[in-house]
Amino acid sequence: MNSISPLAKLCAAGILGIVLLLSLDPVSALVALGFELALLPWAGVPARKLLRILTPLLIAAPFAGLATLLYGRDGGDVILSLGPWQITSGEVSLALAITLRVIAVALPAVVLFATTDPTDLADALAQLWKLPARFVIGALAAIRMLGLMRQDWQMLRLARRARGVADGGGPWGSLKRLGNQALALLTIAIRRGSLLAIAMEARAFDAPIQRSWARQAQFTARDYVFVLGATLISAIAVMMALMTGAWNFVIA
Amino acid sequence: MQEWGWQYAARSTPALSNISCEITAGERVLLLGASGVGKSTLLRAVAGVLGEDEGAQHGTLTIDAVVPHRARGKVGLVLQDPENQVILERVGDDVAFGCENLGIARDEIWARVSRALEIVGLDIDLAHSTSQLSGGQKQRLALAGVLAMQPEIIALDEPTANLDPVGALSLRKALVSVTDETGATVVMVEHRSDLWWDFATRIIVLGSDGVLWDGAPALLPPETAEVLEAAGVWLPDKKILSRKRQDERDAHSVLLSARNLRTGYPAGQLGQPLNFDVRAGQVLAITGPNGVGKTALALTLGGLIPAREGELSASPELQGNLRTNSPYAWRSTQLLSRMGSVFQAPEQQFIAGTVRDELAAGPRALGLSREEVDTRVDELLERLHLSELSQAHPFTLSGGQQRRLSVGTALATMPRVLILDEPTFGQDARTWTEMVSLISELRDGGHAIVAITHDEDFVAAVADSVLALEVGREQY
Repeated sequence: MNSISPLAKLCAAGILGIVLLLSLDPVSALVALGFELALLPWAGVPARKLLRILTPLLIAAPFAGLATLLYGRDGGDVILSLGPWQITSGEVSLALAITLRVIAVALPAVVLFATTDPTDLADALAQLWKLPARFVIGALAAIRMLGLMRQDWQMLRLARRARGVADGGGPWGSLKRLGNQALALLTIAIRRGSLLAIAMEARAFDAPIQRSWARQAQFTARDYVFVLGATLISAIAVMMALMTGAWNFVIA
Repeated sequence: MQEWGWQYAARSTPALSNISCEITAGERVLLLGASGVGKSTLLRAVAGVLGEDEGAQHGTLTIDAVVPHRARGKVGLVLQDPENQVILERVGDDVAFGCENLGIARDEIWARVSRALEIVGLDIDLAHSTSQLSGGQKQRLALAGVLAMQPEIIALDEPTANLDPVGALSLRKALVSVTDETGATVVMVEHRSDLWWDFATRIIVLGSDGVLWDGAPALLPPETAEVLEAAGVWLPDKKILSRKRQDERDAHSVLLSARNLRTGYPAGQLGQPLNFDVRAGQVLAITGPNGVGKTALALTLGGLIPAREGELSASPELQGNLRTNSPYAWRSTQLLSRMGSVFQAPEQQFIAGTVRDELAAGPRALGLSREEVDTRVDELLERLHLSELSQAHPFTLSGGQQRRLSVGTALATMPRVLILDEPTFGQDARTWTEMVSLISELRDGGHAIVAITHDEDFVAAVADSVLALEVGREQY
């Protein structure tokens, strides 16, 4: 998976996502999800890491379903009556469809991005899609700063405790302190950013010279096949939904 | 350079004026001068990274008869802070970055990258993550990135100020091998000139109006040396006054004691078990190489993060009327009059918009009356030589001033224990001496001082006892 171009992954995840968002039926989502799960072992992500990155998704998706179950448009027979909530068969199938859909759309996106190195993505965006190097490389350098910002945030919090302003004032006080700390983080981030900008400029970044690329971004036959595969999965999913009559166009 | 000067847009006086000198290829120049005299500005101008919108220049500055801005790639610049000049995630890519910007062909880039890494002595994989490097390695990485551009001039702005002694020596070695291999011209600003005294072929001393002195290091006249020392420049063979206490250490009461204490960030590495006491009226220096967990230990001692294992307990004297003797369980305001923590990066610690409010924040949190707060703040401003800057924003102060202010913020609440993380980091000789005398005064006044430090001179000057942390099995 690491040898697939980041742009092919971007396209594949995009196609699957857009197609699956067009309809709200359980069939197309189930078909797509089936293909995705079958292909998962070839994604090259170790099982533990996979579990870690997918946990938030697996927790969030059922909640989307639950909300539909409780607050969705009533339709069909009432299956269960829980105080103010009437759960109907229409809601149950909608809830199921939404849960499946959230997973089917997010799973490829999460896995594909977990296997993408930001540097490779930047290379591909700049070299193949010809996005301006200035923005792509700038964004890339900024991503690296995020880790430093997390450390800064931690130290700012500890510093506020050391300075005697970390407690009291109730919820309003906490909120005010949080705002204050965020402002301090912003100040530090700007300072770091401007120092980094000097370092980059000192290495001739943005010089009036045609930039060369140390790493060549390629889009090979394999990448075309990869995108085609994703398109095929989407097409099969839609066809199955149409054939079973489950297709439910969201805009209609 | 002819009568060159620079004035920042926001300042009423020029940062530099009337600088005239000529540097020929292959020279190794050490730029010296008091802090605030504009050495870094000059270096940035040479590197062509002073933006035209940042200020106005007078006179001319040329490199091979071209203005620096058009001579991109001829001058490479290495900056002070290793953290803020790593650009990309992988070692090889980071070194290649400058070459890419100069439009060098791909094969040529990778050849240059390997060569540059070899010369600076970084024997690591090209795909190695840059964020896992030590400070000394990051500085050598920055040097390699500059070197790969094959500049004619290498400019370095206090390259060792943020490094431990081992890192500083490794950078020196790398630069020596760079000049041996390439014959590049070197222009360097550095407070710790003793480290580079033998390396430099020429010293240029900058004054407030032009060049003060210019010549070979060995010829530096004593009167200029005196001016430099007064201005805070470290010269070789500086005598350091010992300010240690003469009396018995056990005569002082224990305020904090650590028993089998192991510290570390909540999810990070765990340090070795430690046993020691922090005593009133004593300076305890904690030393050890980078990455050994000194800062985590300081944060634990200051009651800011919990002990991972073992025990850290306050003596009844320090605990006072609080219910528990574990500093981490105290409230923020209860810590204030007991523990003062001063972080390595002062800017992380500032919470107010003026120097005065910064000093007043702690006493106010303690609930002191307005008069009491004012008296304390005035006293501190005086003592830290910050009175004239009382209305300035803390972020606009110089490094040395920020450091004094951050110590002041901790002093304002008169804590019994003062924990300082690298109090002398990046200080020039004058502010260094001031910091050492301030710390010894506090010690004599009965405060317990814990100082995390790399600075051997500092340890020699004030430490009453030393706790040397070592890299142990548990850490890796």
